[in-house]
Amino acid sequence: MNEEKFQGTVKTLDELKNGEEGTIISYNNEGDANLKRHLLDMGFVKGSKIMLEKVAPLGDPLKLRLKGYSICFRKNEAKNIKVQILD
Amino acid sequence: MEIIKVGLAGNPNVGKTTLFNNLTGMHHHVGNWPGKTVEKAEGHLDFKDYKLDIIDLPGNYALSAYSIEEIISRDFIVDESSDVIVNIVDATNLERNLYLTTQMMELGANLIIALNMNKFAKKKDYDINIKELSDLLGVPVVEIEAIDDTGKEKLLETIEKAANDPINSSKKLVYGNELKEHISELRGVIEKDENLMEASSSWTAIKLLENDKIITEKVKESPIFKEIFVELDKVEKHLKDVFNETPEEIIANYRYAFIEGLLKESVKKPVFEKPSFTEKLDKYVTNKILGIPIFLVIMWLVFQITFTVGAPFQELIDGGFTWLGEIISATLGETVLSSFIVDGLIGGVGGVLTFIPVIVLMFLMISILEDSGYLARAAFVMDKVMHKLVGLHGKSFIPMILGFGCGVPAIMATRTMEHERDRILTMLIVPFMSCTARLPVYALFVAAFFTSYQGEIVFSLYILGIIVAIIVAAILKKSLFKGITSPFVMELPSYKLPSLKGVLIHTWEKSLGFIRKAGTIILAAAIIVWILSSLPIGVDYGSQESVIGQIGTVASPIFEPLGFGDWQPSVALLFGIVAKEIVVGTFSSLFGVAEDGAGIATATEGGAGIATAVQGLFTPLTAYVFMVFVLLYVPCFAALGTIKQETNSWKWPLIMVAVTTVTAYIVSFIIYHGGLLLGFV
Repeated sequence: MNEEKFQGTVKTLDELKNGEEGTIISYNNEGDANLKRHLLDMGFVKGSKIMLEKVAPLGDPLKLRLKGYSICFRKNEAKNIKVQILD
Repeated sequence: MEIIKVGLAGNPNVGKTTLFNNLTGMHHHVGNWPGKTVEKAEGHLDFKDYKLDIIDLPGNYALSAYSIEEIISRDFIVDESSDVIVNIVDATNLERNLYLTTQMMELGANLIIALNMNKFAKKKDYDINIKELSDLLGVPVVEIEAIDDTGKEKLLETIEKAANDPINSSKKLVYGNELKEHISELRGVIEKDENLMEASSSWTAIKLLENDKIITEKVKESPIFKEIFVELDKVEKHLKDVFNETPEEIIANYRYAFIEGLLKESVKKPVFEKPSFTEKLDKYVTNKILGIPIFLVIMWLVFQITFTVGAPFQELIDGGFTWLGEIISATLGETVLSSFIVDGLIGGVGGVLTFIPVIVLMFLMISILEDSGYLARAAFVMDKVMHKLVGLHGKSFIPMILGFGCGVPAIMATRTMEHERDRILTMLIVPFMSCTARLPVYALFVAAFFTSYQGEIVFSLYILGIIVAIIVAAILKKSLFKGITSPFVMELPSYKLPSLKGVLIHTWEKSLGFIRKAGTIILAAAIIVWILSSLPIGVDYGSQESVIGQIGTVASPIFEPLGFGDWQPSVALLFGIVAKEIVVGTFSSLFGVAEDGAGIATATEGGAGIATAVQGLFTPLTAYVFMVFVLLYVPCFAALGTIKQETNSWKWPLIMVAVTTVTAYIVSFIIYHGGLLLGFV
């Protein structure tokens, strides 16, 4: 991985603000392995553009938009995914 | 006639079931996949000289071993002698939909793509070049609309052609030279063992790299497994050096890269997409302030429609049974036969049948919510609550809501959850949701004791059920289910106008299932009640001298500490295990008031017979405690049977019996003695 690719702000998914968009740069192995497997299948691969659409009314889970569809999961998993913010 | 076996595969919410219904109409039956708890729908249609056997595979996003459904689908493609796999793909969401397609291509399946929802794609100004897409995939692509007959003929023609001239869909799939090289190194070793050649060696190689549990286990049985794993290790290390990622990530990446490449060639999208109707609506439906109120209003509407619209129909059926009972009594006179028919059959079953309108409406509402896409939003909005309160996730909210209708479909609805332990925990607390079968019991008692607070009393029971469910779930989480986490991932599909046909078929199937299950069990129970009430020969029907009276008398002291120690309530509770509504049927049988009409008729119309009878046995406080006990104790046989069927063991229904009995006793005891202390009678 080249360092210069990380320019701009890097955040974890759960740190995104409503409507903020980014590109996935990494997905660590700290969460449930089976869940990661599933989310990779759902498109959470490096280079995917992703946007935080909405936080649920009670603060969790998150509604995210990627690859033309919406998906939700909890902040606890979202913190394992790093994104680079697009300007 | 030659048979063509066709599997329908696709992501959830892409119109797979709609297409299935469209193709097979009512010529289908719903069962289970052998040895699994997943529903299997199979149907057929005739086309030219062929009979198409169509199997609706579970909706999947991938063919990993993430869920039972994914395993079923891939086993079907690998093992079963299917002729053609039709992959339904949502044209508005090609990128993610084609991911599953790439996995079926890895398997070399004889594939056809049925491109659905083209109208929506056009609305979004997507320009899809079908021919280009088909060429790049190396698979036929047919445009259809699952909701009408658009493209149906063409699809059938294509199926026929594909069956007679199968293709290997893996040919055009490319994952980059680096990965391809490593896969072929692994293939070389795998191919040495013929037993591993059931599926293509490249697929097995990919699954090994992905660390797929099932395939890894299978390969471990091979005599050359050491050789394979040495090679696998080498490849994994090398990939790690090159990409600095796990093989799983690399492969998923390549699949999406392949899709991106072919979409670039075949699809033109506008630079700026107009916000869709779904996005606009979701602004309100999942809104921070409005989300929960909207959810509550919709739930309230579901209940209002179910019960207020249902009521006149219930009364109609009621009236019919009353009339029938009178006719039979008048024609046959006071004979054993007329007693059997009027007291046993009509008294027991008649009351139950009046609930059909409510049950049908409930299923209708739930199918509309489900098919429209709202149920997923409800799960999104409620996840935090479910997570915090019961340690489950938003999806478990759906069975809970269904539980207010009937525990049987609610228990079945736990299938939407991926993890078995979540499912079982949900099944165990669903019966605390007050189902419609308990309503006749409440109706009887509130009419007799709480005329001015009927609504409030019934509402308090619903709330009590929820509170008890939360407490029991917390206890189970700390004991039987210690240390489980419930990951929660869910697609929020686009809103759709539910298709009338789909909703009706769904409602019809579910209602019929309930009637069949409940009907048989309740009929059997009604007959047993009648026999036990009439034996030994010569006793007054249902008197204390009858078998049933004797059982009740022996059991009644158990309920003395709860305030209802008479023999009749304990007999009623005994038979309530068969089905809760029989509690009312039993009371009416025991008091011999069936000539006033079927049990419910008397209760809901405020008729004097049965209401007066229970007033002699209960005080307002003990009546309330009795309702609480009915709410919380052992669910009906139908619910227990469903849990047995779903978990494939008697362990969980037995645990269910133990948990509910203890809970009901403790809660009733507290309420009775608390009530006495507070000065209630």
